[in-house]
Amino acid sequence: MSTGAFLMMVAVQLATTIITGFFFWKVLKTPPRPEPDSYSENDEDPR
Amino acid sequence: MSNQTDSWGTRVGLILAMAGNAVGLGNFLRFPVQAVQNGGGAFIIPYLVCFLLMGIPLLWIEWSVGRFGGRFGNHSTPFILDKMTHRKFWKYFGVFGIFTNIAVAAYYCYIESWTLSYVYHSLMQTFSGMSQTGIADFFNGYTDVEHSTTGIPYEAVVFYLICLFLNTWILSKGLSGGVEKVAKIGMPLLIAFGFILALRGWTLGDSGATAGCTDCNSFLGLDFLWRPEFTSLADPKVWLAAAGQIFFTLSVGMGTIQCYAAYVRKNDDIALNAMSAGWMNGFVEIVLGASIVIPIAVGYLGLDWVKENAGFAMAFQTMPYLFQKWGAFFGTMAGFMWFGLLFFAGITSSLAMGTPWMGFMKDEFGWNIKKGAWSFGLLVLIMGLPTVLFYQEGVFDEYDYWAGTVSLVVFALAETILFSWIFGIDRGWEEINMGADMKVPSIYKPIIKYVTPLLLLLVFLAALFTPKDNNWKRAFSDGWELDKSSIIGNITHQGIEVNKDYFADFFESGVAGKVNRIYEERNKVKMEIGDATTGAKLATYEFSPLKHALQFREGDLVRKADHLATGSFINKVFYTDMARLYLIALFAFIAYMVHKATKKRALEGHLA
Repeated sequence: MSTGAFLMMVAVQLATTIITGFFFWKVLKTPPRPEPDSYSENDEDPR
Repeated sequence: MSNQTDSWGTRVGLILAMAGNAVGLGNFLRFPVQAVQNGGGAFIIPYLVCFLLMGIPLLWIEWSVGRFGGRFGNHSTPFILDKMTHRKFWKYFGVFGIFTNIAVAAYYCYIESWTLSYVYHSLMQTFSGMSQTGIADFFNGYTDVEHSTTGIPYEAVVFYLICLFLNTWILSKGLSGGVEKVAKIGMPLLIAFGFILALRGWTLGDSGATAGCTDCNSFLGLDFLWRPEFTSLADPKVWLAAAGQIFFTLSVGMGTIQCYAAYVRKNDDIALNAMSAGWMNGFVEIVLGASIVIPIAVGYLGLDWVKENAGFAMAFQTMPYLFQKWGAFFGTMAGFMWFGLLFFAGITSSLAMGTPWMGFMKDEFGWNIKKGAWSFGLLVLIMGLPTVLFYQEGVFDEYDYWAGTVSLVVFALAETILFSWIFGIDRGWEEINMGADMKVPSIYKPIIKYVTPLLLLLVFLAALFTPKDNNWKRAFSDGWELDKSSIIGNITHQGIEVNKDYFADFFESGVAGKVNRIYEERNKVKMEIGDATTGAKLATYEFSPLKHALQFREGDLVRKADHLATGSFINKVFYTDMARLYLIALFAFIAYMVHKATKKRALEGHLA
């Protein structure tokens, strides 16, 4: 495997993994909105 | 219109369901094949550029359009688009957002049923000891409905029905109770299975090379996929292929994203959700999809073989053969993980396809979730059985082309123009940013208004007027001759040169050459025609020993259009046109339902 191909693969796959992880982490870290929000599992009374 | 009664359970569940909708078999099969066919490493740069300029904008457009529609109690595209504009005809454009899903689900469930069946066959070690040709023939036998590989009569139909039942049953449990639960189980498993198989792709090297094979090395496969070839960036064909791949991988232009997003409330985020789901799909495609089929196949069969044979069928006709080389236990596990991974990729997408119809019937006619789900199952069954029964006659491919390819581009182009130019980019931008948990880069405002519609228009025009052999350079310099794969070429049956009548008393040869051999297989007589000089196989034709009389013997020379056999024939063009009529009938039926809903709304005073 050539150095160029190796670097390209590592750079693109690593960047994609980091960006995916970053956005998902941001979703997990964002506190839920006050009710009523879109999600039923944090409701006090089931809909 | 209905009140919002169905909902997502959690935000992560919504993102996994949306990512599951996008992640399909194409991530593992279409992407690497497209990369191989478009110069390997040259493909990845246009691919990433198109993701930034077309993929991300389309995701934001569809999420915000969906959430906008949901605010007014609309959960499918006909009345979502209707609410965005005062021109009445747009709701009939929205028919695409239901039609495409039913038509695609009809044949997609069939692919899904193959994966389910192959999970079973992997666990039963059916492929153990089979040659590469034997495994390829096994697949051909499987798709021949009269043949059975397990002893179950009409096995392909049985697995299709099981798969469709499973989809319908899950859909009948609703969004949070069905779709979201499957996504929460399926997506992590898919990523885990994909990672284990990708590890093998990254590390196989030349350990699987057979004696004498000089290019059997998985690193050669990775090198071919990732070596940057900047000269190819000037080739329009590579750019169009990249744009096409981005388009299909994200499941945009279908109406499913809008439907899922319609259950998100006004003040909840869509911008970050869209990014998270979109990049998750990118991760599965770029990191996992690129590291399984091609490197493993190159490791065992060689780079030249893969360059010549790369295609969708590799998943079913090649991979089980390669897994056998890992020994009985690991081979069985690899087969289970590979087809299990494809099954999860498939079912999370096909479930999404059920929701626009269910949302529409609930909004407009008050149908509950169960009634909506089972009616979707019935529609898919009616539309899907021809793809199962007449798979080898080309019905499946016809559905895939018109519903799974052309319709997506047409609808995405229309909705992008509607969003940016009719609804208005200012209102659209406000919709995207409303409740956003991230700062949407302002550069995307002009991109959404100008660049994305232009790119989509180019993709559409390129599909409409594809030049002969997809050779753009020659078309621009030597004059434009349409390729048979162009939309116009397809409509006019440009690719059909022989056997042009629906019914005939003879069957014409599509190639010139020599009859290599005539043999019997699965109660059919097969005639293989090869190159007159080298003997290389050109085509194999199938005849019924009871209905047809062969006119040539082994060793005979054959010219194109020679009558190979006489008897009673129904030609492929008949099935092709019937498939088209079937699709048109489905579109007309949904358009009629939209018309009926419009009248009902007018009576109930919903319309201004």
